[in-house]
Amino acid sequence: MTYLITKVKVREGIPLVVKDSICTKGIQTTAGSKILRGFIPTYDATAVKLAKKAGCKVVGKATQDEFGFGTFSTNCAFGVPKNPHDLSRSCGGSSGGVAGYVAASKSKVFGLGESTGGSISCPASFCGVVGLTPTYGLVSRYGLIDYASSLDRIGPITRTVKDAAWLLSKIAHYDRRDSTSIKKSAEDYTIYCGKSIKGLRIGIPKEYMRLASKSVRDEITKATKTLETLGAKIIPISLKYTDAALPAYYIIAFSEASTNLAKFCGMRYGLHEKLSSNFNTYFSKVRSEGFGEEAKRRILLGTFARMAGFQDQYYIKALKIRTLVIKDFQKVFKKVDVIAAPTMPIIAPTFSEIAELTPLDHYKMDVLTVPVSLAGLPHISIPVGSVENMPVGLHLISNYLEEGKIIQVGDAFEQS
Amino acid sequence: MKIDKLLVKKVAAIARINLSEQELIRFTQDFKNILKDFSELRKIDTDSVEPTFCPIDLKNIYRQDSVGKCLTKQKALSNTKHKEKGFFKGPKTI
Repeated sequence: MTYLITKVKVREGIPLVVKDSICTKGIQTTAGSKILRGFIPTYDATAVKLAKKAGCKVVGKATQDEFGFGTFSTNCAFGVPKNPHDLSRSCGGSSGGVAGYVAASKSKVFGLGESTGGSISCPASFCGVVGLTPTYGLVSRYGLIDYASSLDRIGPITRTVKDAAWLLSKIAHYDRRDSTSIKKSAEDYTIYCGKSIKGLRIGIPKEYMRLASKSVRDEITKATKTLETLGAKIIPISLKYTDAALPAYYIIAFSEASTNLAKFCGMRYGLHEKLSSNFNTYFSKVRSEGFGEEAKRRILLGTFARMAGFQDQYYIKALKIRTLVIKDFQKVFKKVDVIAAPTMPIIAPTFSEIAELTPLDHYKMDVLTVPVSLAGLPHISIPVGSVENMPVGLHLISNYLEEGKIIQVGDAFEQS
Repeated sequence: MKIDKLLVKKVAAIARINLSEQELIRFTQDFKNILKDFSELRKIDTDSVEPTFCPIDLKNIYRQDSVGKCLTKQKALSNTKHKEKGFFKGPKTI
């Protein structure tokens, strides 16, 4: 099964599988794109460096949608990972290789994923593992091949909440090499495991429940009842900008991606062509050959959204909607400690179902994960049930730097 | 605003991407579908709303202008085929 692009032989240490968009010293790093085939980073991303310092050993670089551009890990230049629960279904994206590998592995293995619009939570939900996306800026992005700089986050994908808490404790450090790194002292997040959730206020957003399929919604309702049994107070809430978050997210993500991907032009790394023409012809040739279809589509849409004459209508408008989405969450967090909702509206679809989807249908699958991505809030997806023998994930969201609360609730459910 | 092949071609030229005729037709249709759907945002009043470029507050970071550690020339050039006398070699600009 294709979970890894590059395998590494190791003898000892905690096995760590790393999404291929995260740089690993001396190990090929492609971000799932043909344009970066053969790129060997000369340094480790800070998150990898810190995980290694804590005893982890990189065992492989995992397949992913090219640069993170996908919900199902089907836009991969180096193999599509198959869901270990049902090989005819997707692992989810874009950190699908990491989640699939962690779920399929017979022994304990830790994963490092990356999320821009839900790329840790989605595959965690589809593969039945735990995916933790920390507050934006808590884990350094240094050494990450960026998709959208104001949205990208590195986080753990593991079998248990406690493992995710342990790995987060090791990789969450201030880094002067990342200008958006939060200055915060290190914290041991495992202390939140084993704590009672009695009296904790958990909000259930009606818009999220409405957007999920009935079978997924039923599993989530069962899970929230378990949390209630454990002593949490369940409170219905409303997040009215949920629908608006989707186009806003995509416009921002496309716009940032189109600038970030401008650096891939066949000069310093990755795909090269013979230097035989002027720079415009040369760059265009390399980029046209190296980027896949979805990468081209997003670069074009992002370039358009930032163009003079359209910028206010699309890019700036989307950034203003982002402000409203953040305010929406902040209002709710005055009433609740944690938000609980379905991670994905559906279970992992089959590859034949995915083949029928238009690009817009693909984007719409992210409707539940993009609001929290726009806001940069911490969230964790934990497996809570199953539909048609496929896992269903519960999304737990907390306010900025309150990772402890979602770990506490996630662990309490896991132990129940 | 008219979304047509001409517009998509212009965008592709700015993005330094050559499109085949098939790609041009496909992406023009995608532009129409996606932008029509995204135009729903226009209905939301944002006149008095400030844009959020980054979800956390960012402050300027200053440091002493002193020499620090950086990649060696050899490492910086290790992933390129186009190099000469310790420099990156690029395509013609003039």
